[in-house]
Formats: sequence, structure tokens, C-alpha cells
Amino acid sequence: MQLYLPIADIPVNIFLILAMGAAVGFVSGMFGIGGGFLMTPLLIFIGIAPAVAVASVASHIAASSFSGAISYWRRRAIDPALALVLLSGGTIGTALGVWTFTLLRSLGQLDLMIALSYVVLLTAVGGLMFWEGLRSILRVRRGVVIPLRRSGSHGWIHGLPLKMRFKRSKIYLSVIPVVAVGLVIGFIGAVMGIGGGFILIPIMIYLLRVPTSTVIGTSMVLTLVTMVFATMLHAVTNHLVDAVLALILMVGGVTGAQFGARAGQKIRGEHLRLLLGLLILAVGIRFAIELVIRPDDLFIIRETGGNG
Amino acid sequence: MIERRSLATFGMMLVLSMAFAASPARAERLIASVSNHRVTVTPNYSGEELVLFGSVEKDATTPASRTSYDLVVSVIGPRADMVTRRKERKFGIWINTDYREFLKVPTYLALFSNRPFDAIASPEVQRRQQLGLNNVLLTQRVGTDYADVVPNDPFRSAFVRLRAEHGLYREETSAVTFLTPTLFRTGIPLPGEVPIGTYEVDIKLFSDGALITRTETAFDIVKVGFEQFVATNARQNGFTYGLVVAFMALMTGWMASIVFRKD
Repeated sequence: MQLYLPIADIPVNIFLILAMGAAVGFVSGMFGIGGGFLMTPLLIFIGIAPAVAVASVASHIAASSFSGAISYWRRRAIDPALALVLLSGGTIGTALGVWTFTLLRSLGQLDLMIALSYVVLLTAVGGLMFWEGLRSILRVRRGVVIPLRRSGSHGWIHGLPLKMRFKRSKIYLSVIPVVAVGLVIGFIGAVMGIGGGFILIPIMIYLLRVPTSTVIGTSMVLTLVTMVFATMLHAVTNHLVDAVLALILMVGGVTGAQFGARAGQKIRGEHLRLLLGLLILAVGIRFAIELVIRPDDLFIIRETGGNG
Repeated sequence: MIERRSLATFGMMLVLSMAFAASPARAERLIASVSNHRVTVTPNYSGEELVLFGSVEKDATTPASRTSYDLVVSVIGPRADMVTRRKERKFGIWINTDYREFLKVPTYLALFSNRPFDAIASPEVQRRQQLGLNNVLLTQRVGTDYADVVPNDPFRSAFVRLRAEHGLYREETSAVTFLTPTLFRTGIPLPGEVPIGTYEVDIKLFSDGALITRTETAFDIVKVGFEQFVATNARQNGFTYGLVVAFMALMTGWMASIVFRKD
């Protein structure tokens, strides 16, 4: 069934968009990430202008992370204090990100920036995650058990001032790195049209040493708020949020996410990390290939304004 | 084509037709209309095909021997500024380097005729009357100057080719059919991604390689109802629109957590 999108100005197949939303939702529910890094490229692939895709996906991620956050809140798996401090950085980062997005769009290098940041971020994060998952699987095979959180081991991050106690996560940590992490994630999210969960979760686990019990729930709160904020900013500055597209994606996404979450619980943690690592790496490599290989068409047209 | 009975009558007729072409009271009148003057974009809109039909009305001053006509229909969509970028290999990756700005060019352009433009008129007339995609004026910003360039300019031809791939620029030299010697029709295909706005239809009648008369009509492609509501609000009430979308996202998420609650 064809449906005309009022902002993207093209007709799309409603079932295709629903299926895409559900598939990405499944993945996001399974790994506890937003899934924007999969959704944005998919939308661009089916012919939606990159700028509209990035702006609309923000609201889609907001929906799926809100449904996730609610169930994590019920299980008391969210650290409100940690989320608040992360958010203070995240909000500034998102505003900077949307501003950069508008600037890059006017310079005509938005496509390149999006592609380049996908390549760098996805291959790096995916590679690391894959490697880490593989190592822990091998360790488990050999019968060695190493906990993710090594209590007592303090890095330079723990020497920073302005320390604060995060009760639910049971950590005592300086707010500076937490705000900085929020800022970076907010910025990346707004520019690339991703929630940033797949970057935030590893950073929180390995750098901030947040226990795994509160990591996903707390990261979802950050994703939720930055994406609501990004939706607002994209709507006010670029007028490119397609409400119809967003709604279809949301409905598909939240449904898929529920099934994904159930599937995720059946898979062991290190296998999950390995799988997610592979997935992220694959998307990153795909973008890399696109940049390196001579494109089919060297020319592109973009509308810049006028009375059209 | 004209039956040349003798060189003398032909010469006389040429003088006559030139005289008539110059005078405001023309020998032929073109009457044309499109099947729909207001194309509405509804949720299930996925393109449409309009039909343009019309006739050539002769009057007493029409040379009796003039029996065959050529017709060129130009459908010109709303104009917009566009930029064509070219990728080049730099530091091992393909990035946008050079670009050209096309100013106030049609977002949709269809050129239809009943036979090849070369058979209708001389290259000079084709250029002057902008017959064919190669002859249509596409203004570029070249430094501080505004000009169209030669048809084989890489940016211009890439621009036309890309628009054509989306069905937004088209040239068909057999699309106009004469049902009778004076009654004609042509289809105007509008793909789903066709821009919203006012479309001008310019109909030119040729005979013997010269423009005899022309007429214009127009149609609008408009968003109505929900589509229009969403588009207008997204543009004019960005803040409220954003709030509504954000609220919609929260509601969807909340609904899902209720519907799929395990206990």
C-alpha cells in the first residue's frame, strides 16, 4: 500500500517502512540500543533525503527508548542521578549537533560528514566490541571468569575533582567525565541521526565503570531525552521532521523492540556483544566501501531553495 | 508538409504566411485544455497521468493548402534553485568537490512533440523556441555571471540526466498524437515524487518550420487535507509541530510498554 509522505514529498510503501521499523526495533530491543545507525541508512537507501531521514529517525528512537525506559524503570534498573548528570551534557551536545548539522547542510558536505563519521565510529566501536566479545567467549571456553567490573582498579578518571555519589549504580565518580560523555553522545546523535546508545554503553561500562545492571536503562534515558530534544530542534530549525514517516517507524519499532528484548534475554552476554559488534562493523564497512569505490554516479542534485 | 504545386504559389504562400504570422489576427487558433486543472495529493497519491487535448482552429485567412501541423508541448513545473555536485577522488575517498548552481530551473520539465524536433524546425528555431532538453534555458551561476552553457557541459548534462532518471525531466518526440489533422492529444505523466506547485503548459504550433501560434494553460498540484495540514504546520509552527511529534513518540512508546507488559 502506497502512502504519500507530506514532508519527504515522496510516496512510500507503508508495509516496507513498517517492516524496516520492526526489524530495526528487534535489533534495538535485543541489544538495548536505539538502532538509529541502522535506520538512517535504510531510509536514505529507499530514497528519502538524508536530512529528512536524520530528522525523522530522532523521533523514532525517542519512542523506542521511551518504551524501553519504562520497563527498565519498573525493574529499578535506571540510575536517575547518573541520567541527570549525563543529560546536562547531552542537551548542550545536541544543540551543538543540530547547529553543526544545519551548517554542514549549507556547505554541501553533510553526506560526506555523515558517511565519514559512520565509517570511523562504526568500524572502531564494532571492531572493539567484536574483539572483546570474542575474547570473553574464548575465556569462558577456557573456564576463566573475569568480571567486567574490576573493583578497586582506578584509572585517571577517578582522580578528577567534583566527585559525586551515584547511589543506585553504587559508584563514586567525578561529574566532569560524565558531562563530557553526555556532550559527545548528544552531539554525535544529532549530527548522525543516531541515539548513540551503541557508543554510550561501552563507554559507560569500560570508562565510567557503571555496573551492567543500570547501564542500559540509564543510557536509554539519555537517548530518550536527547532524541526528544533533537526532534524539537530539527522541527524548529530545519522543518524536516516527517510526522507520518516517524509514526510508521515508531509503531513498527516499538513492536519489534519487544520481541527483540525477549530474544536478547535468551542469548548469553558475550555472544550478544559479539553479534552486536559484527553488526556495527558490517554497517561501518559498508559505508567505507561506498566511500572508497568509485560511485555509479559522480553527480548528485540537491535542491537549495527558491520558490519550489 | 506542403504539396508544392509550383514554385510561384509556394513563394506567394510563404510571403502570405509570414505576413499573417506578424499580424495579431492569426490564421490559426489553438484551443487546449488539460483533463484536470487541480491535481490533489492525498495519502494514497503515487503519481498521476493528465491528458492534454486540443484542436487547431482554422479561419478564413488560413492558407487553404496548409494541411499539416507540428505541435510542441512544454510542461514546466515550479522553479527552484538547485545545485549539482561532482564527486572526485581525494585522499583515496570519493567526496563532493566541484559544484554548479542552477538558478530558478524547472523542478519538472516535459517536452512533447508529434515528431523529432529536427524535423519540425531548423536548429536556429529550435534554439530560439527552446525545443528539446538540449535547448531549454537552464541558467547557471558561473562566477558572478548568470548564463546557460553548451548542452554537452558535464554539469548540465548530468543535471538533465539525473532529473530524467526520476522521470522529472522528459523529452518524447512521439508523445503528441494528431487524432485528426487538427485534433491532438498527449499524456502528461506525473511521477509520485513530482514537486508541489503550479505547472505551466506551453503549446506551440509549427508549420513549415516556423512558429504559427501558441497558447498557454496551467494546472496545479496541491496538497490537500491532512498532507497540507502537516506540511503547513511543519513549516509555520515548527515548535508546536516538534512538540506534537515528540508527544506522539512518547505515547507510542508508552502504549507499547502497556500492550506488551508481561505481567
